[in-house]
Amino acid sequence: MAQRTTEIIVGLFVLAGMGALMFLALQVSGLSLAAAGSTYTVYADFTDTGGLGPRGKVSMAGVQVGSIESVELDRDTFKARVTLSINADVNNIPADSAAMIRTSGLLGEQYIDISIGGDLESLQPGDNFYTTQSAMNIERLISNFASGR
Amino acid sequence: MMDAVARLGKNTLDFLASFGRASQFLAGVLVGVPKPSVGLPLLLTQIYSVGVLSLVIVVVSGLFIGMVLGLQGYTILSDFGSESAIGQMIALTLVRELGPVVTALLFAGRAGSALTAEIGLMKATEQLSSMEMMGVDPLRRVIAPRLWAGFLSMPILALVFSMVGILGGMLVGVEWLGVFEGSFWGNMQASVDFRDDVLNGVIKSVVFGFVCAWIAVYQGYDCVPTSAGISSATTKTVVYSSLAVLGLDFILTAVMFGNF
Repeated sequence: MAQRTTEIIVGLFVLAGMGALMFLALQVSGLSLAAAGSTYTVYADFTDTGGLGPRGKVSMAGVQVGSIESVELDRDTFKARVTLSINADVNNIPADSAAMIRTSGLLGEQYIDISIGGDLESLQPGDNFYTTQSAMNIERLISNFASGR
Repeated sequence: MMDAVARLGKNTLDFLASFGRASQFLAGVLVGVPKPSVGLPLLLTQIYSVGVLSLVIVVVSGLFIGMVLGLQGYTILSDFGSESAIGQMIALTLVRELGPVVTALLFAGRAGSALTAEIGLMKATEQLSSMEMMGVDPLRRVIAPRLWAGFLSMPILALVFSMVGILGGMLVGVEWLGVFEGSFWGNMQASVDFRDDVLNGVIKSVVFGFVCAWIAVYQGYDCVPTSAGISSATTKTVVYSSLAVLGLDFILTAVMFGNF
């Protein structure tokens, strides 16, 4: 086979590999090419975060508006302090909104859903969520039910 | 009794000697890269015969494995009413495990055996020694391009395998069994991480490509130069490569995903 043909075919082969890598990166792992837009940080304290972890999503009305930066234990209050980074264009979340931990589907990932409040003031960068609702814990549910509370 | 012990000792020594020769050989090949003007065309020809020609079997097996994963996953997951997690299951299985491992096994069978037989026949027909007579180093001229071609082709093949497998799983899951397409991709994107899953899969396939190509060219170079010798070297290539790939896969998985 002519050397030129070999070169072209090998070039196509390498391109196929790169295409597959791009496919796996963009379509399968959901990596976005657009640089992460600017965000601001708010905090929420939970008594139980369940399986919430960094990179989890933060949504409002089902639409993703940010992601979870970190989950840490506050050593004074013994609550979990979750750092949320919210997209900068969503800057009018009412200050009395509630952050709740939800599960997508039966076996899905846990995420934070922001339930909209009615306050005219909005959350500022660095603010805390006033009301939070911890993860649903099936064992606790069952033990509460069994003990009749 | 003493005979058995002696045989064990001899086998161990033989194994160590052969491993030592293989390592020396590898060092010679890695150091002896020819000049780009000479080496590049050789490398391209080898990538063509090792990589491009393996593409068909990799694509076809990837498609079928993805479709089987889709069907099996659907049957299991629909018992729990969570068949929308099928995309996540298919993608994680393929990208982390099956992509690199099955591609490496196919590669050992399709390309590794061919490499061994080719080099073994070159040795048996004394082409390698006549090259040496002419002052051409066969390690540089024959072995190095083949080793590097295997090393470079394997990750590409594994990536193509994973992609085709996921598309095959989508074909079965979404088009045939009617899983909602949005949740198929959405669940997948939520659970597959580019660095932890995709890149670790690529690292695995690089390691496997290296090991498979090394075993293949070494077995060819080291074979007994008879037809029986070539045939046993080819068998050894496939057996050793498969065992090495599966064993290394366990170690790599433990290091990458074992959380310790």
